[in-house]
Amino acid sequence: MFDVVYFSSISENTKRFVEKFGLKTVRIPIKTDEAANFVYEAENVLVVPTYGSGEEKTTVPKQVIKFLNNPANRKHVKAVIATGNTNFGSSFGLAGDMVAQKLGVPLIYKAEILGTPDDIETIKERLEQLWLTR
Amino acid sequence: MEKTKLITRPINWNKIEDQVDLDVWNRLTQNFWLPEKVPLSNDIQSWETLRPHEKKLTMHVFTGLTMLDTIQGTVGATSLIPDARTQHEEAVITNIAFMESVHAKSYSSVFSTLTSTAEIDEAFRWSEDNPHLQKKAEIILGYYNGDDPLKRKVASTLLESFLFYSGFYLPMYWSSRAKLTNTADLIRLIIRDEAIHGYYIGYKYQQALAEESTTRQEEMRGYTYDLLLELYENEIKYTADLYDEIGLTADVKKFLHYNGNKALMNLGYDPLFPKDECEVSPAILAALSPNADENHDFFSGSGSSYVIGKHESTTDDDWDF
Repeated sequence: MFDVVYFSSISENTKRFVEKFGLKTVRIPIKTDEAANFVYEAENVLVVPTYGSGEEKTTVPKQVIKFLNNPANRKHVKAVIATGNTNFGSSFGLAGDMVAQKLGVPLIYKAEILGTPDDIETIKERLEQLWLTR
Repeated sequence: MEKTKLITRPINWNKIEDQVDLDVWNRLTQNFWLPEKVPLSNDIQSWETLRPHEKKLTMHVFTGLTMLDTIQGTVGATSLIPDARTQHEEAVITNIAFMESVHAKSYSSVFSTLTSTAEIDEAFRWSEDNPHLQKKAEIILGYYNGDDPLKRKVASTLLESFLFYSGFYLPMYWSSRAKLTNTADLIRLIIRDEAIHGYYIGYKYQQALAEESTTRQEEMRGYTYDLLLELYENEIKYTADLYDEIGLTADVKKFLHYNGNKALMNLGYDPLFPKDECEVSPAILAALSPNADENHDFFSGSGSSYVIGKHESTTDDDWDF
């Protein structure tokens, strides 16, 4: 199965979300320079929280951008999952759309805050499906 | 007795203790808005298409929301300042409090644009006489004035992330029927602010809770679900009181469940309401997320989907993805 590579700020909402997947999780460092040097070379799904409110520049956490600047990291991301809040309207989970589009991989789910049990079920099913058809 | 000397420290934004404080400050200030920027007068014609009971409902809903924003601006948010962990948190809370006052004032802008003094006075009298609205205020104010900092944070998060939504439903409903669309733009700006407020206060709650004993943590978990249910019971009555006549109570309840779950998640807890009780009508969800091209008046509008153009130099990061 895929590993889960994720970024979570010190509020740890995304951390608690991905821990419910029951998969191996790997956290992108919070310090930007460490994130830039962080390498992960196993097939994974990238989980990215959405920041800001539609200001493109700050929507994707800068640590995730630094991580993806390394082609070795990009190569192993097979799908993207976004977290966010529908209160932000059309920018809900926008970081997921942006990253998935740049990487040319599917955005398989958008969840809110910590994700509900139903969100987790759906994500597990979709990951399973993607793993079998990869 | 030994004398301790109190030292007053000026806030130093170049020395950040908690990065979340700075991030949230930046997001809130980037999102700053005033009701004067929303072209509410474009809704005058649309307002006249509403039936008398629909107008009255809308005004009651908005005075109810004004009440919550008033409480949050003058009592709720400011009651969190003495418990702040950092000076930057204190500063963020002053921004939250001020924006709540902007929200409260923005409903008055809607009223003065669309309706008459007599009708406005009636709506405000209603807010003083409605037992469910008064009860809602009483429950929340009880905790704000109490002496438990954690309970204050829970009450504040539930207000920001749950209690507003029986009211927010109606402008989204009108917007889905192409009515009062500029007012809906204004409400979306409020909804966006409340998301950040709920996230931030919920985060500070979880930070403080992590330092407590297991017993205390369990007590707070129980308290949170109990308070949500106490508010929920009252909210159901309030909702029925407002929406029965127009036949929307069942759908509003789903919206309440959906947002109740999100309020719990902001506090770090698991959702309470099962999925099939949270299936909000797709029209309402669509109204919450207008596409950027659905601007009602592009040239004068400053709605939630309208972003003022900015230019910026490109950086290596833009191209080295």
